[in-house]
Amino acid sequence: MASSEKKHTPLLHIVKRDPGTLTWGYKLLVRGIAILAALVVCGVLITLLTGENPVVVYGSMISGVFGTSRRVWNMLQGVAILLCVSLAVTPAFKMKFWNIGAEGQVLISGLACVAAMMFLGDVLPLGLLIVVMVAASVLAGMIWAVLPAIFKAYWNTNETLFTLMMNYVATQLVAYFLKVFVKNGSGVLTPMPEFGLPVIGGQAYLLNVLIVLVLTILVYVYLKFSKQGYEITIVGESENTARYIGINVKKVVIRTMLISGAVCGLAGLLLVGGTNHTISTTTVGGRGFTAIMVSWLGKFDPLYMVLTSFLIIFLEMGSQQVSTDFRISSSISSIVTGIILLFIIGCEFFLQYRVVFRKNRKENV
Amino acid sequence: MKKLFALLLAVVMVLSMVACGAKKEETNGDEAKGMTESPLASKEITKDFEIKADFKIGFICLHDEKSTYDKNFLDAADEAIKALGLTKDQYIIKTNVPEGKECYEAAADLVDQGCNIVFANSFGHEDFMLQAAKEFPEVQFCHATGYKAHLENVANYHNAFASIYEGRYLAGIAAGMKLNEMIEAKKITAEEAKMGYVGAFTYAEVISGYSSFYLGAKSVCPSVTMEVQFTGSWYDAVEEQNAAEALIARKCVLISQHADSMGAPGACEAAGVPNVSYNGATFEACPETFIVSSRIDWAPYFAYIIKCFNTGATIDTDWCGGINEGSVVLTGINQNAAAKGTLEAIKTAVEDLKSGKVKVFDTKNFTVEGAAVTGDAVVDGIFEESKTQSAPYFDLKIDGITRLNEKF
Repeated sequence: MASSEKKHTPLLHIVKRDPGTLTWGYKLLVRGIAILAALVVCGVLITLLTGENPVVVYGSMISGVFGTSRRVWNMLQGVAILLCVSLAVTPAFKMKFWNIGAEGQVLISGLACVAAMMFLGDVLPLGLLIVVMVAASVLAGMIWAVLPAIFKAYWNTNETLFTLMMNYVATQLVAYFLKVFVKNGSGVLTPMPEFGLPVIGGQAYLLNVLIVLVLTILVYVYLKFSKQGYEITIVGESENTARYIGINVKKVVIRTMLISGAVCGLAGLLLVGGTNHTISTTTVGGRGFTAIMVSWLGKFDPLYMVLTSFLIIFLEMGSQQVSTDFRISSSISSIVTGIILLFIIGCEFFLQYRVVFRKNRKENV
Repeated sequence: MKKLFALLLAVVMVLSMVACGAKKEETNGDEAKGMTESPLASKEITKDFEIKADFKIGFICLHDEKSTYDKNFLDAADEAIKALGLTKDQYIIKTNVPEGKECYEAAADLVDQGCNIVFANSFGHEDFMLQAAKEFPEVQFCHATGYKAHLENVANYHNAFASIYEGRYLAGIAAGMKLNEMIEAKKITAEEAKMGYVGAFTYAEVISGYSSFYLGAKSVCPSVTMEVQFTGSWYDAVEEQNAAEALIARKCVLISQHADSMGAPGACEAAGVPNVSYNGATFEACPETFIVSSRIDWAPYFAYIIKCFNTGATIDTDWCGGINEGSVVLTGINQNAAAKGTLEAIKTAVEDLKSGKVKVFDTKNFTVEGAAVTGDAVVDGIFEESKTQSAPYFDLKIDGITRLNEKF
């Protein structure tokens, strides 16, 4: 065949980057372009579907988050709670332990907290009551998290299914205890703000925000600079390596899940004791799952996760405002959120790989 | 080539799904063939007062128009807004507000934006509305389906409901006439006249609803009995369908429901069993089995609170709209399924209820464990539903109705 000498070169091919070669500026540029492109695509889509001016729509989004001081506080509170749950799942994920049970772990802690408020509120002085609330929440979260960890460590059960199933158990327990706690059959437990965590500085959410701020730094230091944090990383990279260098994998798995559960317990405490002062089956509201996204997007780095949880809350509150202002279906807001997240995740591709185009054809012949 | 084909196939599938999804939207087919006029249509709202320039009303809804429950509120809000000529900056509608602290924040945000009235539509919103009401005494807070206004004594907090039990009673008459028709046609004996009812929870709201439905049917078909199956959810299409199918298997010859999905009506259409619906007509989806449906029209309440604010009147602590206020409405009657003369019979019953000649919970007409009912709520032989609070509280286990399960 005459053409056998002709070389086939593809139009483009993809080359893995050496992570060391990336500069800060380049990373920022790629991410900036991704967000800009997402906004343009969403803008076009909004105009096509609803006929609204996209600039006005984005304006409404921003005003929904920063428009009044109340909205700013709501945003801070939203970020704090979501970040708290995300910080809880991060050590486990870093260890490649797929804990998708944060929803249940937070909810069961909330239940423990509300039970303490109900039955001990009148008995104990407030200071002691708060100590009990903290202990009950943290302990409940730890129990809910450590059960799947023990089964994983000793019998190698599937932690994803186990933690997922524990969510349903927690939800049903809350439903059951609401029937027991609430005598009038309405299924709604009246809030008990008198037994809540103290309000500082006249701002209902300031305490929550400060606690999560401290927690963020603690988790950052723990993962980055402690021996235990290092062990988590090694177990995550390769269990065999970990075993080889003398790390007790079982111990690390159980210990890490205890920490995960304790932080979930804290989230339950803040959500019930510090915010709602009551509980329902929807109190956690899917944060246990959103937290997984926050954690992944933030590359398991607590400092990045501050940004990613802000991004999620911004999109959530912003799109809520858009559907209120323009009376467009909340589906549109979900579409916009989806597109923006897709672009942000998608741009990581360009940070890890390089696209090389085919050189001029004549050179090849 | 294979890849291209697969891609094309995928695109076609996605497009066809979109096309199928789009069809489901419009189901308000009252004028469609087979339907009569409504024996109890919604009332026109008349504007006989001036709206103040700085007036603003805020609505808080648990879900959005995708839920039939919330759509009923949103449609009513739109109707009231249109009839009273509110401008675009005189109302704000917030949807998808959960039953938690978020509800308080939404209410406070509406106050920040200058709302004089804040309305919320879900039972679980109540405590958070109350919290906001205490914090902002100059703003009126109105809450549908709640019960705490007369207990809490907060001057600017109000509850509202409708005497939907009257609507259920009227729908029950249509059911009873259908049973009579079956008995006359010798399809069933008088003893086999058994209805099935799919309820959400074993709450007073549901109990009051199915009891009045049963009493309506009994007023024309004395031998009727009824079985109730609870699903434990306000919206669960699969559970509701299963419950309806189970009731049909237990030889229930007519089904009604108090839950928000198309599960029960769909099961009835598939089995060819007549269905009395709720919250709007299911005629389009069930042309052969849908008989009639009752619902609460919230537009009169919205018009009422807006009028109160703008004329300086006080809003009732507990407001319960009835037939006269236009709060209880019925759809047209589907002649494909209903017995002959149903329209006329319901029209007569509407007049009787209006004049007070007939009372739904007349203790002459029902017993509990064989005995007549007495107690605080019974005045002159009538169980006075929705008198001391607007939300329903009739929760007696009256004879003739069997609960197959309980779900709280």
